[in-house]
Amino acid sequence: MIRIQGLSKYYDNVCAVDNFDLEVPGGQILGLLGPNGAGKTTILRILTGYISPTSGSLRIADMDPTEDPLPIKARVGYVPESIPLYRNMLVYDFFRYMIRVRRLSFYDSEAQIEKIAEMFSINEIMHKNIGELSKGYLQRVGLAHALLPDPDVLILDEPTSGLDPNQIQEIRSLIREMGREKTVLLSTHILSEAEATCDRITIVNKGQTVADGTPHELKGRAREGYSVTLELKYATFDQAQVLLRDVHGVENVLHLGEGEQSLKLRLECSGGDDPRERIYQAVKEKDWALLQMSPEVRSLEHIFKELTLEN
Amino acid sequence: MFVMTAIWNKEFKDYFLTPIAYMVIAVFLVVVGWLFLSPFFIKGQATMRGFFQLLPVVFAFVVPALTMRLISEELHFGSYELLRTLPVTTGHIVWGKFLASVSVIAAMLLPTLVYGLCIDMLGDLDWGPVLGGYIGAVLLGGAYAAVGILASSLTRNQIIAFILGAAVCFLLAYLNRMVFFLPQGIQGVVEYMGAGSHFENISRGVLDTRDVIYFLSIIFLGLQGTKMILESKE
Repeated sequence: MIRIQGLSKYYDNVCAVDNFDLEVPGGQILGLLGPNGAGKTTILRILTGYISPTSGSLRIADMDPTEDPLPIKARVGYVPESIPLYRNMLVYDFFRYMIRVRRLSFYDSEAQIEKIAEMFSINEIMHKNIGELSKGYLQRVGLAHALLPDPDVLILDEPTSGLDPNQIQEIRSLIREMGREKTVLLSTHILSEAEATCDRITIVNKGQTVADGTPHELKGRAREGYSVTLELKYATFDQAQVLLRDVHGVENVLHLGEGEQSLKLRLECSGGDDPRERIYQAVKEKDWALLQMSPEVRSLEHIFKELTLEN
Repeated sequence: MFVMTAIWNKEFKDYFLTPIAYMVIAVFLVVVGWLFLSPFFIKGQATMRGFFQLLPVVFAFVVPALTMRLISEELHFGSYELLRTLPVTTGHIVWGKFLASVSVIAAMLLPTLVYGLCIDMLGDLDWGPVLGGYIGAVLLGGAYAAVGILASSLTRNQIIAFILGAAVCFLLAYLNRMVFFLPQGIQGVVEYMGAGSHFENISRGVLDTRDVIYFLSIIFLGLQGTKMILESKE
């Protein structure tokens, strides 16, 4: 549904997006995850046709938005981060205006407004001024307006920013509901959000893809950085190092410190199966006392930090 | 066309959802009424020429006050991003907003027809020049509105948009009176560029095609400039 190849965007001499590639099949919820300033919003703005890329090719539903943007814009629903809706309009009037601007048929659109209002539970605020709405309702109205033309692609920039935990849950479930039929592309800097909402995550840093995969695959990569903390009694570091280095799956033995008659170690392990049983067997053969053995799985947060932090 | 009409309709309604239109129209009617009617009875002539002569200067601050928010407000609140991601062109946006402001100017001129009706009761008013004057007034308002929209597209700050627009409109209004210190060779050209001299003919009741073309050119240049500025932001 969306295909981006070698996309770059420069603001004067500053590179916001650098040779970015992405392919999103239809019916997928893809999260663009990255720190602030990573280039996520720029990528989304290029996709919506709001800004033009400096170079690269872009296709949405097999059409090039830089050549003929209007047919693509008609098939894309977009909610910017700040949800800049017309605050002096009533919600209903705003929807009517969107319908007229999008040239949707009047009779179908009345039914569509009712359906959308029902879906987003905004019936009671349809005749309220947009400027008087709470952030949660404003976000719902923003999402509802994007869904009005029944678009093929939904683009959401930081859809839960500024919401309380209950509202975040509601918006996430609405996005998941929308994602059943539509291709959804959302940006976020919150990892748990991407994990909870998206079928696939692309981590972006400095305008480039640094990781891509399903949340499960990314977690799998995180497990590749598995380590085990050990506390042993009656053992010296040299003895423990010689013994444990040879255990299958252990790559490195690090000295963490000395306790009261005990030795603390960290064993860095390679991916694959869990080596704890083999570590236990090796320790048992030496008659050392095993005071503690705790696994440390590198979380997605660690991966995200490593990929997106400079130092 | 349909999209432009939707924008025109929305923008026209917006004027009356906020106090802007009411305030500007009230100020316009008070100022014009005072300045026109004060010397009217002294002159003792059944004509609206004095009213039309006031318009280039009065419009120079009234029209930019109407147009200052049209684009700068959208840029300031970010709704321009939303608008540009809808299936609309910059042409739809610029023309829709322009026609909305011209409609408000026409609505603002409407109550001044009362002057004509009153004068007609007091004396024998020739409605031909009055009609020509109103057509010219809408053209002048349109030209100033195009300048105001151009100024509004240059900044996110409405006050700056107003000052810029008003400054250019005043310049256009008074350009024909400022040419005396210029070399004689270019005086004619500069005088032609001012709106004042073109509107003088109209206020006398003469609707010359050269004047009409002048105002249409200002409208075209203003709106084309706005389109270019908005497109350059993308």
